[in-house]
Amino acid sequence: MAISINGQDYPLPADPRTSLLDFIRREAGLTGTKKGCDHGQCGACTVIVNGIRINSCLSLAVTNDGDEVTTIEGLGTMAAPGTMQEAFMAHDGFQCGYCTPGQICSATAMLQELAAGWPSDATADLEAAPTLTDEEIRERMSGNLCRCGAYANIVAAIRDAAGEHA
Amino acid sequence: MHLKQDKPDNRNVLDTTAQGVIGAPLTRPEGLLKVTGTATYAAEYEVEGCLEGVLVSVPIMSGEVLSIDEDSVLAMPGVVAVISDERLTGRAAQGTAGEAPFQPAQTVCYWGQPVALVVAETFEQARDAAKHLVIETRAQDVPVDPEKVDTKVEETTRTGDLAHAMAEAAHSVDVEFTTEGHASAAMEPHAAIAQWQDDSLTVHASLQMLKFNRAELADSLGLKEEQVRLVSPYVGGGFGSKLGISQEAVAASLAAMHLGRPVRVVMSRQQVFQTIMRRSETHQRVRLAADNEGRLTGFGHEARVSNLPGESFAEPVLQSSQFLYAGENRLLQLEIARIHRMTAGSVRAPGEAVGVQTVEQAMDMLAEKAGIDPVELRLRNIPEKHPANGKPFSSRKLAEALREGAKAFGWEPRPRKPRHTREGEWWIGTGVASAARVHAVVEAKARVTLRPDGTAVVETDMTDIGTGTYAILGQVAGEMLGLMPDDIDVRLGDTDFPAGSGSGGSWGAASCGSAVFLACEGLRKKLAERLKVADDGLTLKDGFVRWDGGEKALTELLDGKPLDATGHFEPGDSTEDMAISSYGAFFAEVAVNHWTGETRVRRMTGAFGIGRVLNARTARSQCLGGMTWCIGNALTETLLFDPNDGHLVNCDLAEYHVPVNRDVPDLDVLLLEERDGSASPIQAKGVGELGLCGGAGAIANAIYDACGARVFAYPMAPNRVLAAMPQN
Repeated sequence: MAISINGQDYPLPADPRTSLLDFIRREAGLTGTKKGCDHGQCGACTVIVNGIRINSCLSLAVTNDGDEVTTIEGLGTMAAPGTMQEAFMAHDGFQCGYCTPGQICSATAMLQELAAGWPSDATADLEAAPTLTDEEIRERMSGNLCRCGAYANIVAAIRDAAGEHA
Repeated sequence: MHLKQDKPDNRNVLDTTAQGVIGAPLTRPEGLLKVTGTATYAAEYEVEGCLEGVLVSVPIMSGEVLSIDEDSVLAMPGVVAVISDERLTGRAAQGTAGEAPFQPAQTVCYWGQPVALVVAETFEQARDAAKHLVIETRAQDVPVDPEKVDTKVEETTRTGDLAHAMAEAAHSVDVEFTTEGHASAAMEPHAAIAQWQDDSLTVHASLQMLKFNRAELADSLGLKEEQVRLVSPYVGGGFGSKLGISQEAVAASLAAMHLGRPVRVVMSRQQVFQTIMRRSETHQRVRLAADNEGRLTGFGHEARVSNLPGESFAEPVLQSSQFLYAGENRLLQLEIARIHRMTAGSVRAPGEAVGVQTVEQAMDMLAEKAGIDPVELRLRNIPEKHPANGKPFSSRKLAEALREGAKAFGWEPRPRKPRHTREGEWWIGTGVASAARVHAVVEAKARVTLRPDGTAVVETDMTDIGTGTYAILGQVAGEMLGLMPDDIDVRLGDTDFPAGSGSGGSWGAASCGSAVFLACEGLRKKLAERLKVADDGLTLKDGFVRWDGGEKALTELLDGKPLDATGHFEPGDSTEDMAISSYGAFFAEVAVNHWTGETRVRRMTGAFGIGRVLNARTARSQCLGGMTWCIGNALTETLLFDPNDGHLVNCDLAEYHVPVNRDVPDLDVLLLEERDGSASPIQAKGVGELGLCGGAGAIANAIYDACGARVFAYPMAPNRVLAAMPQN
């Protein structure tokens, strides 16, 4: 009965009302994951659960028994930031920084979705493998709000990070 | 060093220094903290034994709280207390108020006003109890619709006879517009952790202006300012919503004082929407009278805005209309309607964010009537001096912005007729608008310390709300002291530091940048005294001090001891004697769907003159942010109020539509080379708001150019565009 966060096990919470988001921030003390709306509307709380990005505010922690959760802290550290984190820095893909961990988690998982051939609303040909156009990035990142308006730089950062992966 | 700036400073000192970092597009020094999730925001401090508080609101538009039945929740698991202290505040303070906002909270003035705080051991317990707290109220009917109340004139500027000018004009435009309310919707909800110990209060909070917030919180609680410390090193967006102390910080403080334990209060997203500042809706009338050549002979701009009774703030819609364009016959009048929606206050670029775009649409209509290219019409109407008070303008880049922007965008200079290009079911068009935002600087202090190892520390209670303060203050200090910004530790957001300007009104960079500049001038003077040379004879570069006849390492000169100086900047006559503003121009290309009326912005160019650019990367990002807001302002953002009880219907991010990534196309930003010595001793003006001042007008004009729909109501949602679309 535990949730694995960035490779470390944490026992399930006693209170069944605890969201996965609050569990990560409070019980695990990993405050890199942000609470922006608590209603699945802003994407600031995006984490990667078993390889898939989700809004952690919409998941009750007790339903994540046995799940592998990756948070922003699992994607890189101050000493060794990840590729996507470096790209966000280089392109100024943030301003206040509050939506940023969610953007980076979302972008990381999004590239995997694209590589796996998942189509989006911006995909013209549903039969062909989608390619990483700016319009695909914009569509697939539209669940992560940024009120500072860093979208143009976020797209550039993701394009850059994806290029390094390719 | 103290400076009250009574005259322009055209020495351009930062152009004569040697380090070469001022203006450079350096990355943010706090960037690594932010991308790794390590930067700590208000709610995220680990505090031993911290209780959790949840604010409780009441669903009445006005009235009194008769009773709060604490027993209805005190027996619930984990509940510690119900706080209904009469010092609880029902509203947030207006920006720079420096005194308590409206008290007591139990006098209800708008729907959703918080009246109590439930405190429990855990957040889940507090949230549950807050839903069960029984509150008895007596409601009363009050006006909630600005269309249905009498208005009062706030301000009038009248010159000549506008009506006569309109009657005599070769070409004239007389149009009315509406804009809806906007929310700041910063991504970090308002949050505070309060700790009360030994008669001293420490609050980790999410705030923009700590000097004022400290005074507001102390006044709210009946404490001395010296008893209050505020800490806000990282703020998850402000946009005006965190200018004044708000309900959660006062409530957390009172709870901590009552209970002797730390208390955290975080507003829900819905509470942020319902209880923090809204931008007022506006009703505007714009009148333009022009001669045969399109030269303005008359200019009229009237606006009606609203606020709660007793609130001093009135959305300053006409602010830049006072001086943007010529016209000797003028009438500008602002009226206010007193209604019971939540407090109206500053939301990014108050005034110009809704006032410039309407004038810019009217100018577009005038250009069509006069058969003149819209860019040329604007160039013809740049006034020689302030039309109302005759003051000379300081540096003004409006003409350059229009010309350079047009060039970069690929604007075709010609008289225009709509519906010239169609791609499938989409009409394609382009539009232009001018940008203007008044300049302001306020008092600011900062301390700069040279450490014995040759590095430096900058300290001020100034905040970085995403604007780039950490970056630019390090660059000003680095340029002045001959150090790389990596060797400068910029510490912000703590009232233990010297009082800065706070972030707001686009004045932070120029005000606090000047304070750091003055502190560094003080340090240079001290170094020069040690060397017995004139301080203007010093060259500081890469940790070395050079003068005519010698060179020494800074560390050697410091001789194992730190050296500090405090800079104290105050605005003086310089900003009074001149008309000082930031200017720019927007160009937009849109596609409008013939069948649905949906508008997609395809590209946008903004050219801006903001005085000296302190960091080209963060300044550009500020402009990108402003232009992104233009898209929301033009197409989607609208606060919807119930006409019966005044409650905000769309109080979350699913229903209040801020632009998402796919709404925002490639944005091109041009930063024009400019020095404005009247604006500040570092020749810088503001940048945070200018990018939002007029751009929605460029989108409106592009919609018209595309499909022939002239829309007079913002946001220009598909239904409004479709209704205005010519039926052929």
